[in-house]
Amino acid sequence: MPKQLIKGNDALVKGSVLAGCRAFYGYPITPANEIAEAAAYYIPLAGGTFLQAESEVAAINMVYGAASAGIRSMTASSGPGISLMSEGISYLAGAELPCVIVNVMRGGPGLGNIAPEQGDYFQAVKGGGHGCYHCLVLAPATAQEMCDLTRLAFDLADKYRNPVMILVDGYTGQMMEPVDFLSTEAHRRRLPEWAVAGTAETRHNMVTSLIIQADGLEAHVRKLEAKYIRAEQEETLWENYRTEDAELVFVGYGIVARILKSVVEMLRERGIRAGLLRPITLFPFPSAEFRRLIPQTELFYVVEMSTGQMVEDVRLAVEGARPVAFQGRCGGNVPTAEEIFEKVLRDFQPRAAKTAEEALTHA
Amino acid sequence: MPELKVTHQKAECLYDSYERKGELTHQTHYCPGCGHGITMKLLAETIDELGIRDRVIMVSPVGCSVFLYYYFDTGNVQVAHGRAPAVATGLKRARPDSIVISYQGDGDLAAIGSAEILHAANRGELITCIFANNAIYGMTGGQMAPTTLLGKKTTTTPFGRDKIKDGYPLHISEVMSSLDAPVFVERVALGNTKQILAAKKAIRKAVESQVKGLGFSLVEVLSPCPTIWKQDPVEAQRFVREVMADIYPLGNKRDRTADAEPHPAPAPEPALSELPAILKLPKEPAPADAAPPNPREVDYRIKIAGFGGQGVLLLGQLLAEAGMDDGLAVSWLPSYGPEMRSGTSNCHVRLNNRPVDSPVVTRSNILIALNEPSLQKFVSLAEPGSLVLYNGDSIPAEFRREDLTMHALPFFELADEVGTAKAGNVVVLGALLEVTGLLPDETVDRAMARVVKGEKWLEIDRKALSRGKQAMAASLGKEAACHV
Repeated sequence: MPKQLIKGNDALVKGSVLAGCRAFYGYPITPANEIAEAAAYYIPLAGGTFLQAESEVAAINMVYGAASAGIRSMTASSGPGISLMSEGISYLAGAELPCVIVNVMRGGPGLGNIAPEQGDYFQAVKGGGHGCYHCLVLAPATAQEMCDLTRLAFDLADKYRNPVMILVDGYTGQMMEPVDFLSTEAHRRRLPEWAVAGTAETRHNMVTSLIIQADGLEAHVRKLEAKYIRAEQEETLWENYRTEDAELVFVGYGIVARILKSVVEMLRERGIRAGLLRPITLFPFPSAEFRRLIPQTELFYVVEMSTGQMVEDVRLAVEGARPVAFQGRCGGNVPTAEEIFEKVLRDFQPRAAKTAEEALTHA
Repeated sequence: MPELKVTHQKAECLYDSYERKGELTHQTHYCPGCGHGITMKLLAETIDELGIRDRVIMVSPVGCSVFLYYYFDTGNVQVAHGRAPAVATGLKRARPDSIVISYQGDGDLAAIGSAEILHAANRGELITCIFANNAIYGMTGGQMAPTTLLGKKTTTTPFGRDKIKDGYPLHISEVMSSLDAPVFVERVALGNTKQILAAKKAIRKAVESQVKGLGFSLVEVLSPCPTIWKQDPVEAQRFVREVMADIYPLGNKRDRTADAEPHPAPAPEPALSELPAILKLPKEPAPADAAPPNPREVDYRIKIAGFGGQGVLLLGQLLAEAGMDDGLAVSWLPSYGPEMRSGTSNCHVRLNNRPVDSPVVTRSNILIALNEPSLQKFVSLAEPGSLVLYNGDSIPAEFRREDLTMHALPFFELADEVGTAKAGNVVVLGALLEVTGLLPDETVDRAMARVVKGEKWLEIDRKALSRGKQAMAASLGKEAACHV
């Protein structure tokens, strides 16, 4: 199939149109503007709606309306805007409405800056809004994944009737890489049976997140919980990079994972058996894969563009069976392969070297 | 037993029995004398009369009217506090044939949702808003609303609403009618039967204007709340009639229903088969897609830096496009973040025969520095033995490194010779191809033809490319004798 050299942000929008997205509601914020701008061009041409809302609060509620009416719909923002949308995201999850929310992360907290960071992991993965809910969270690392995971996001949103967040850093959005768009067929969404579409057939349908009776709400929250458990069994995605024989397993997502691949190569040139486990779904988290790697692994080494957020999920997955090291940069600083490499050389001693050292001590 | 004739019965679009309510399914949850029950009935009659029940989507707010879906046998969407107009926008635009009616109280619409109602109205959304104004928060137990009258004691204004501290009652209908887009805005009251009949007329006109596709409509209903006002229903009606209506003048504030043009129907969605063209996806496979992967061992880590406007990003893109056509894995990463707006520009390009791991180039093996600050910033990070191209007559002495192959050429002056200094970046590309043989000429030409917009520019760029090659060849001949 022909490939197109394209920015990740544009690939995401084209992927969304091919996935059947016909409504985009957004509000300007750097560094997510390219997504809204591409959506403003392509989505109306595809017969859909693009609207620049008065705020992120309004935008997410417009998505709520479009989703209620059975349209595949999407918004994109960055940290400060996602914070404003958190109310709406909780309502979407509570009302079991499918939609896709893109967060092109920037530096925080507060106004922070517009440089790339990964400080919104907790907000994305642990909830962000009120109540017992989760978004499913996908973390692309290539322009191709910006397209493919967007398609997957819409499918998962429908399958689970739940918002899906694409959590991405500015680099992955800005970067151009060749993308194959046409290997999967374009999709047109049929009207879901639960939608409220202003027709005789859908007249008895209702969308709400309000359940007054305690037993009723508990049953509802348990139903949501069951979806998240099912998602963990069925939807978890990750990439293994040279982990077959790795004793040092790096963990990173998004652009950091790409940088870590360079570090793996640099370490292997030094004779250190390094590999990378890249979570692609951040929620559900690929905990089982971490557990599978425990026997061979001396050290899990997490690198993030934050002061350490995903590292907590790695520790929960490993449950103390192996040490988990961490290094992070933040504020918009992207760690270089060289600086990670230097620090790892100080932190990690391969098993062979240790054994030799022990033998020497015992001798 | 005499035959009974029913002159008033429940509207058809209200459920006979309120099953969603769970208990006491024969009666509403509203207090005796509450205005919501009356307003709901007027709205339901309107829906029946217009024959639109199947098309209606009721949007229920947060507040006492949160349970509209207990009663209306129509489509129902319950939403967050204040957000009804935004949700209604999403619904109506998704389903232009539906009739979307949002129903909000004064806290919901005039306080927390003031932005949403203002902008939905200002966009002229094809929705109808019923605004129940009882000048108090009912559901939460009697706190001050933005519409609470001055001096009125509420649970959060225990000494009475004070204009200095709490501001003035907010006149929503007047605000709405100051906007250009709304076609129908009227304030009505439920103070007596005559007022209720006028209210019915206004509600009908508002919904009708949506059915005709004319534009945004809003009816503000001054509505009694006997329980929270601590009045009996008769007193409360009198209060609406005599006190509220004095502060909030009744009557039509905007009626353009006679001369407004219906909004045009949306264009039908194109066929799925048209999407690739709409999305400008490539029709022809790149040569590399058909050919086996490029067998060359290649790992170019290229950094290009200069001023904004020198075509730094496009030069990088041309390299990446041509690399892709040559069957290589490629990535292109622009300078990003605060740098974007500071007048400098740089990008990282990788060309590799294996999948590109990191697109970030820290240590380059080709550095293209188009100004001195860029050379200064990045030359120390160039790998020993690697190549540097610099825009200038010679490499400034303080940045010379003996372990690098460094070439200086005045690329933009050379571009001027072929017609415009703007093509300087393509002169650089020519020079780079000449000195490295990085990519085949025909592949680069093909990529250029795809990326460069317009025949005129393509012609200039082709000349610029050969000028760059020529100049580099000449320089190499010269430099063979004198390294750096």
